[in-house]
Amino acid sequence: MTDVAGTAPQQAVGRNRPSLRELIRATEVDLRQFGMVVALVVIWIGLGLANPNILQPVNFITFSVQAAGIGVLATGMVLVIVSRNIDLSVGSVVGVIGMAYAVLMADVLPGMIGANSPVGWLIALGAGVVLGVLIGAYQGFLIAYLGIPSFVVTLSSLFLFRGLTWQLSGGTTVAPNFPTFNLIGGGPQGSLGGILAWIVGLALCVAAVALLVNARRTRRKYGFPLRPMWAEVGVAVVSVAAILGAVYVANAYHWPSGLATTYAREHGLTEPPGGLQIESGIPIPLLIVMAVTIVMTFLATRRRYGRDVFAYGGNPDAAALAGINTRWTIMKTFILMGILCAISAAIASARLNGGTLDLGQGYELYVIAAAVIGGTTFEGGVGSIPGAILGALVMQSLQYGLGFLGMNSPQINMVLAMVLILVVGLDAWNRRRAR
Amino acid sequence: MTADREPKTGTATAGTQSASTSGTPLVEMRNINVAFGGVHAVRDVSITLFPGEVVGIVGGNGAGKSTLMKVLSGAHPPDSGEILVNGERASMRSPRDAKHHGIETIYQTLALADNLDAPANLFLGRELTTRLGNLDDDRMEDATRKVMGRLNPAFQRFSTAVKSLSGGQRQAVAIARAVYFNARILIMDEPTAALGPAETAQVRNLVRQLKNEGIGIFLISHDIHDVYDLADRVSVMYHGRIVDTVSKHGVTTDDILGMIILGKKPGDVTQTELEALELRG
Repeated sequence: MTDVAGTAPQQAVGRNRPSLRELIRATEVDLRQFGMVVALVVIWIGLGLANPNILQPVNFITFSVQAAGIGVLATGMVLVIVSRNIDLSVGSVVGVIGMAYAVLMADVLPGMIGANSPVGWLIALGAGVVLGVLIGAYQGFLIAYLGIPSFVVTLSSLFLFRGLTWQLSGGTTVAPNFPTFNLIGGGPQGSLGGILAWIVGLALCVAAVALLVNARRTRRKYGFPLRPMWAEVGVAVVSVAAILGAVYVANAYHWPSGLATTYAREHGLTEPPGGLQIESGIPIPLLIVMAVTIVMTFLATRRRYGRDVFAYGGNPDAAALAGINTRWTIMKTFILMGILCAISAAIASARLNGGTLDLGQGYELYVIAAAVIGGTTFEGGVGSIPGAILGALVMQSLQYGLGFLGMNSPQINMVLAMVLILVVGLDAWNRRRAR
Repeated sequence: MTADREPKTGTATAGTQSASTSGTPLVEMRNINVAFGGVHAVRDVSITLFPGEVVGIVGGNGAGKSTLMKVLSGAHPPDSGEILVNGERASMRSPRDAKHHGIETIYQTLALADNLDAPANLFLGRELTTRLGNLDDDRMEDATRKVMGRLNPAFQRFSTAVKSLSGGQRQAVAIARAVYFNARILIMDEPTAALGPAETAQVRNLVRQLKNEGIGIFLISHDIHDVYDLADRVSVMYHGRIVDTVSKHGVTTDDILGMIILGKKPGDVTQTELEALELRG
């Protein structure tokens, strides 16, 4: 009732001239996520004013590849926090799986299948995913079936798996990975190239428009209220522009001249004056984070599993009374988190060409912060996966941008700490006002 | 809703008299026992429910009403005793089992996931899916619009989280959830406790309407008038036992009150106890 009373005057005021808030509401775009996109744009304008050199394609590519590892984990952390749990172990699990990749590829697999086997990277990746599933199942079982609080279980794992990383490696860095595996980490070779990038971009555009058209058609079929046509077209245009813009930026980055020269020599090409210009295109880690976001959003919003997670987060008793197998739901969430750790570890160790003892260290805080900045709340039941990706981008933009401007990393950490409190504080204040 | 309310109420009164307590009961609970640690919450309770019948279950706090109903709804398996649905033994190990037998429960807390919208709550735990197993939100919204149109025609907030709905609207969602799945046996735990007068009247009408459709209803309530108004038979619980199950027509509300407070059948009450009770009243 209070809610109705709270919104009615706002609508009455906006009757003559629709407010921005109402226009956004008509498009059914999440107001909070819209705000975060605005914040991202503001951050980059600010960074650009401070040092215009930062607004180069290479910087956008580097920063987003750095955000990829965090982003992948943040999508899973959303579901963990939505279901009233926490996972402090992600950094250590990334560490131990990353080290497992390195040990496999540097020590184990070359003796068995040779270092140049075309499927070597796949075997390593598969082993990592299996390890992730096992770790997730171990943690999920303790939490869901034995009732040990997730804070305690994952805190224990934070130490356990960092220790295991040392045991596995004998206390040193292990390298190298298979070259094909390292493509997962991006770089000029680990990118799609100009043409393929445009194809992927166009496919995404077609998919986005098809989803919009299909949604409108089914709503009309059932006679539900439709959003205004200008809003539909607006959402479609903005989506397409964003996708194509991202591809354009990625393609605006060309291979470094040394690498291009080597490539030309190897492929018997004559370099034109000014050097061979090879468009980099979308880096593979970005492609991975996009795919993970789509799959996780689909799981969270279009599948029973996701509905169960959100229902449990909103009211655990109601979920159990509705016949939902709540324990298995929680366990599945941690297994999913283990798989995401394996993906994130692949990106991180591929970029390093090996496993280091501190791989993934401190990830848990960035990942939790990304989820929370993205609108996931600790009361449970509320969270958004695209929001968490935006949260990861905000965190990484600040980290990369402030580093570019010459801040050292302790100073950057202090800024990020303040941003986290600011965003969550604003959220809490906003919620209290709405109530 | 308002238009067809009057005739429905009329036939409901006729139905009250015709609800038969012979033949096979819809539900029969036999010698149910539940203990929490050393506390016997339910002791050797047997109870029946026939089609089109409303059985009121009354008693003080901790008398065992809710625990008994949790046994039937599968939320709390009994330590001993058996449950028969339509004369056949049924095992209620989980809420899913109970729903499978056509037993739906409207909990006092409503058991809604506050963060989800009305269609998601209505189909919680048994969502409609497409052929590929994806959630069919449009079909669920469509079904929700239809069933809510029957219960609360003014309701339009189908994509709002139920936490921002009014008490009556939330109650309607909880009831819609039970009604939609063609319950044959309905357990209503304090259905009017959190409602205003108009909404209470709406729920009462609904109970009569469902009863006319041949649904058996267990009605748990503190409100003796609610129970006396709607129930055919009343079971009084006291310290985990059933004091007596009486036909409403054989007793007065004062008789029932006496049983709730003293835990004895009207005939067994001594003169001094009666005087003490009247002094308190």
